[in-house]
Amino acid sequence: MTTDIKKTFSVKRMHCASCVLTIEKSLKGLEGVSEANVNLATGKATVTYDPDKVTDEKLISAVSNVGYQALISEELQSEDLEKTEKTKELKDLKLRTAVSLVLGGLVLWGGFPALMNTAPAFLRIFWVQLILATPVQFWAGWIFYRATIPALKHRTANMDTLVAIGTTVAFGYSAFVTVLPGIVKNIGIEPAPYFDVATIIIGLILLGRYFEARAKAGTSEAIKKLIGLQAKTARVVRGNKEIDIPIDQVIIGDLVRVRPGEKIPVDGVITEGDSSIDESMITGESMPVDKKIGDTVVGATINKSGSFIFRTTKVGQETLLAQIIKLVQEAQGSKAPIQRLVDLISSYFVPVVIMLAIVTFVVWYNIGPNPALLFALLNTVAVLIIACPCAMGLATPTAIMVGTGKGAENGILIKDAESLEIAHKVTTIIFDKTGTLTKGEPSVTDVVAFNDGKQSDILQYAASLEKFSEHPVAKAIVTFAASLGKTSSHPLDKAIRERAETENAELFVVDKFKANPGKGLEGEIMISGNPKKFYFGNRALMQSISVNIDAHETEIQKLEGEGKTVMILASDSGLLGAVAVADTVKENAWQGIEELKKLGIESVMITGDNSKTAMAIANKVGITRVLAEVLPDQKEAEVKKIQAEGKIVAMVGDGINDAPALAQANVGIAMGTGTDVAIEAADITLINKDLRSVAATIRLSKMTMKTIKLNLFWAFGYNIILIPVAMGVLYPFFGLLMNPIFASVAMALSSISVVSNSLLLKRKRIG
Amino acid sequence: MDKIIITISGVLGILLTYWFFLMKKEKVVSATGSIDIIVEGGYSPETISIPKGKTTKLNFFRKDPNSCLEEVVIGDFKIRKTLPLNQKVTIELTPQTSGEFAYSCGMGMFHGKIIVTP
Repeated sequence: MTTDIKKTFSVKRMHCASCVLTIEKSLKGLEGVSEANVNLATGKATVTYDPDKVTDEKLISAVSNVGYQALISEELQSEDLEKTEKTKELKDLKLRTAVSLVLGGLVLWGGFPALMNTAPAFLRIFWVQLILATPVQFWAGWIFYRATIPALKHRTANMDTLVAIGTTVAFGYSAFVTVLPGIVKNIGIEPAPYFDVATIIIGLILLGRYFEARAKAGTSEAIKKLIGLQAKTARVVRGNKEIDIPIDQVIIGDLVRVRPGEKIPVDGVITEGDSSIDESMITGESMPVDKKIGDTVVGATINKSGSFIFRTTKVGQETLLAQIIKLVQEAQGSKAPIQRLVDLISSYFVPVVIMLAIVTFVVWYNIGPNPALLFALLNTVAVLIIACPCAMGLATPTAIMVGTGKGAENGILIKDAESLEIAHKVTTIIFDKTGTLTKGEPSVTDVVAFNDGKQSDILQYAASLEKFSEHPVAKAIVTFAASLGKTSSHPLDKAIRERAETENAELFVVDKFKANPGKGLEGEIMISGNPKKFYFGNRALMQSISVNIDAHETEIQKLEGEGKTVMILASDSGLLGAVAVADTVKENAWQGIEELKKLGIESVMITGDNSKTAMAIANKVGITRVLAEVLPDQKEAEVKKIQAEGKIVAMVGDGINDAPALAQANVGIAMGTGTDVAIEAADITLINKDLRSVAATIRLSKMTMKTIKLNLFWAFGYNIILIPVAMGVLYPFFGLLMNPIFASVAMALSSISVVSNSLLLKRKRIG
Repeated sequence: MDKIIITISGVLGILLTYWFFLMKKEKVVSATGSIDIIVEGGYSPETISIPKGKTTKLNFFRKDPNSCLEEVVIGDFKIRKTLPLNQKVTIELTPQTSGEFAYSCGMGMFHGKIIVTP
């Protein structure tokens, strides 16, 4: 049995309703096509067909046979559309820049005092200069007017307004001098136009804008790369056949075949075969990961060696890749707190510059040297041209875009700009133990029977309590003692159950089961027809039932000293034994903590374990400050306590069990998980399980903030220093004035330098 | 004499600039369900009021080729969207808190405001 698939493609050259009918008829005429709909408005055809009988080629020829063209492989995505538009814009900008620089160059040659003697005579004619300058001012420079006019209707102004006013003043005066030189002469000024100023300014600003546009495209590269990772098709097993279908038609539960070298299309679980998978594009981890039946696979990762089949569990917007893209897009859309002040300043900036330009004109006209009008005019133009609000506007967002993008490439997902900003101030990082510092896959290491008891009995009773408990799942996850039962996901219980299974221990039926949060569990087991009460848990549980463990304290402490978690088993007739469970410390844990030490950050471990076990683990990873015996619901309070010491705290956990603590911390970092819950709870999600990523995150934050600060220093410093220079404050002391042409060079360079500085972030190493 | 005229004109020019750009009155347009925002030399309407807890569609339509306006950023809602020229781009907002939220172009030159009413 085959399932029909649906395909949508563009059809070219359609122009009327009859075209629609003709194409539909031709498509429906193909054997295997069950439905064909053509839409004239969208220019698209949607066909439902049996992929066994119909191929793309058949569809193309069915459309071309009736005189139209089907573009099956050239589906134009919105991304492409954006790219086309951008390319067109850049091309247009390039042409305008070239024309204005060439014509402006000629005008400059004929009009600039130092050069004009070498120029051909005709270039020195004012009317020729007017003719050359007019297209520059009103065609190439039209984009400034085009932006200014509607903005003025809204009573707002931006950089284009300044350029438009500045160049219009220069061009207007020059045209006046050319047309009516007598009037200028009458007021004692030698009639000389400044067409070169107007044209070269326009040329240089356009050139700057061209480079800026190209550089800006680089800041959003990361997100484009992520979008580009998405697979286009999937090979689904339908019936006995494997067919290629577009990715958007894959549904949850589909079986998908992935061959060596192919991209895994969506998320799922392997049901057949095994392989080694390159997950570097998602986790930043360069080593391929071995996967077998039951393991999860992530869409967009690459299958390196074996061929396997997996059952899809997440498709469309639910896949990890889609979530990552959404998260990065959101982060890039968010505003860093530092930017709010910049926004406030830039909203006043342009009007203030216009006012300063007026002041400049008035002051130079009144007290400037002769010819005062010319000085006033040129300095006013210089003020209008040199002011660069764009550099301020670009300073923060470009750095945030590059920073968050760089994070995503390294498996560091940052929720918003604010988190990225706070992370650089972090002084203390609290690590949850299980699953964060340790692998979270503990195994039973010791089963100890006290008082000549049998080891197998201890395991049997302990595992019975675990296996047959019916405690609700939710509580089981968050409390140590409630972590029981078949459905419990707590690693400790899993370890005990597994050990019992490998030893084929026969399990008892447990009655009157009860979980004591933070202590352990209890239940009745029938022994030789009589109910006997059993207790399994920590010291607190033993204390509550008045069982004295002093006689075996040394044994227990020895196990704890080895970093093992010890659970004690007792019955109503006394102490029986203990089960020790140990978790392995992650390979890179020590190094991760060491890197944080180098950054001057204190690491703290938080755990429900008793202090002896906790200290043993902490020693292995190089942590000296330990918060032991902390119940899950107390973690948040512990974070608060450290914050009260005046520390900026980051909390690293798995994002599921410790959501309140993550939320309380200044920065919540969830580790090694890509689930919705974790992403929601955390400010930063580390997709790989590598502890060194924590230090990498802090470094990324520090670098991004440094870039932002440098950008802002440059953007503000530039305006604060050069605007007064353009106004002529240095003239009375040094006789220095700003040539408007130089002003335009400086202005163009300031935006480019800010964007380029942000792009430099890309090259820096964070790992 | 000319100096006095220039000075007076200058002062008037400054006052006019201040009044024109910095003293404009806010015109609030309230939207229910959906609202079209024309992007041309700024945003029309610039200030919109939308209800809390309900989804409002903001249909941005950019007519202005100025590259400054090619992106719209609604920082508080973590939205940065590219607005292709002459194309409708719909942004859906379901605000959970009331208050005033600024939005702007990608470079922070053009501004607008979203007022979320309780």
